[in-house]
Amino acid sequence: MSLLKIFDVAGSGMAAQSTRLNTTASNLANADTLSGSADTAYRAKEPLFSAAMKQSRGTQSDPESASGGVNILGVTESQAPIDSRYEPGNPLADADGKVYSSNVNPIDELVNMISASRSYQNNVEVMNTAKQLMLKTLDLGK
Amino acid sequence: MNFKSDPLLGNHAQALQIWQQRAELLSSNLANADTPDYLARDVDFRKALSDATSQGNGEGNGDGPLQMAATQSGHIGGNNASTAGANALAYRVPIQPSMDGNTVDTQVEQAQFASNAVHYQASLAFITSSIHTMKTAITGTSS
Repeated sequence: MSLLKIFDVAGSGMAAQSTRLNTTASNLANADTLSGSADTAYRAKEPLFSAAMKQSRGTQSDPESASGGVNILGVTESQAPIDSRYEPGNPLADADGKVYSSNVNPIDELVNMISASRSYQNNVEVMNTAKQLMLKTLDLGK
Repeated sequence: MNFKSDPLLGNHAQALQIWQQRAELLSSNLANADTPDYLARDVDFRKALSDATSQGNGEGNGDGPLQMAATQSGHIGGNNASTAGANALAYRVPIQPSMDGNTVDTQVEQAQFASNAVHYQASLAFITSSIHTMKTAITGTSS
């Protein structure tokens, strides 16, 4: 019964998008975090998605294996340069009086947040429609 | 769930199965709207339905493609693909290709998913009315 599989597919999509929302929330919350060295400074995090397919792409012609949900391969860290500034009065400052801020770009994060929330809503709608179709099928012949 | 062609339900049962598979495919497209290198896919409905109905008819009245005769237990049955329209799958041509190789156009997929849901319900309505017809014929009263 492949209508039931839609719940798995849309559910994996929702899980992936909520991971993305989580990392965005973490990035925005830590946008102004300071650190004593470039190594420990907060770096923007971003999840990495891949399609969860039963077979490798290009060889499949079977509709059952052509559809699949989303896998979260992991969370990567942004390699954008870390900004430093001279604040000798700051308790976190290193020997040179420098503090290191995060490399979070708030504009990127807001765009990510809106995109993730729209995609999440899409998956919810898909799940709702699948549920309605299943309920209507149960009423068949009435 | 494999429906055979039925004199009462016609090919609506097969159509229902294809709409269902298509809903699954489109939901997969929507779930992977942000996955890099994901290629959106869709079902060619006309091809899938003609494949499905010819499979169902093949055994009965000989309308469909010829079936291979299995005379020994070791013979592999030909043309008995388990799912309707196994070769009716196609890749979506993107309207605006994106840099990450993803060809999902969310709005297009949403529209297709909505229309697919309506078609599914239409097939359900046809089947329901067939069942009502049969009920009326059996009981002699209009339900």
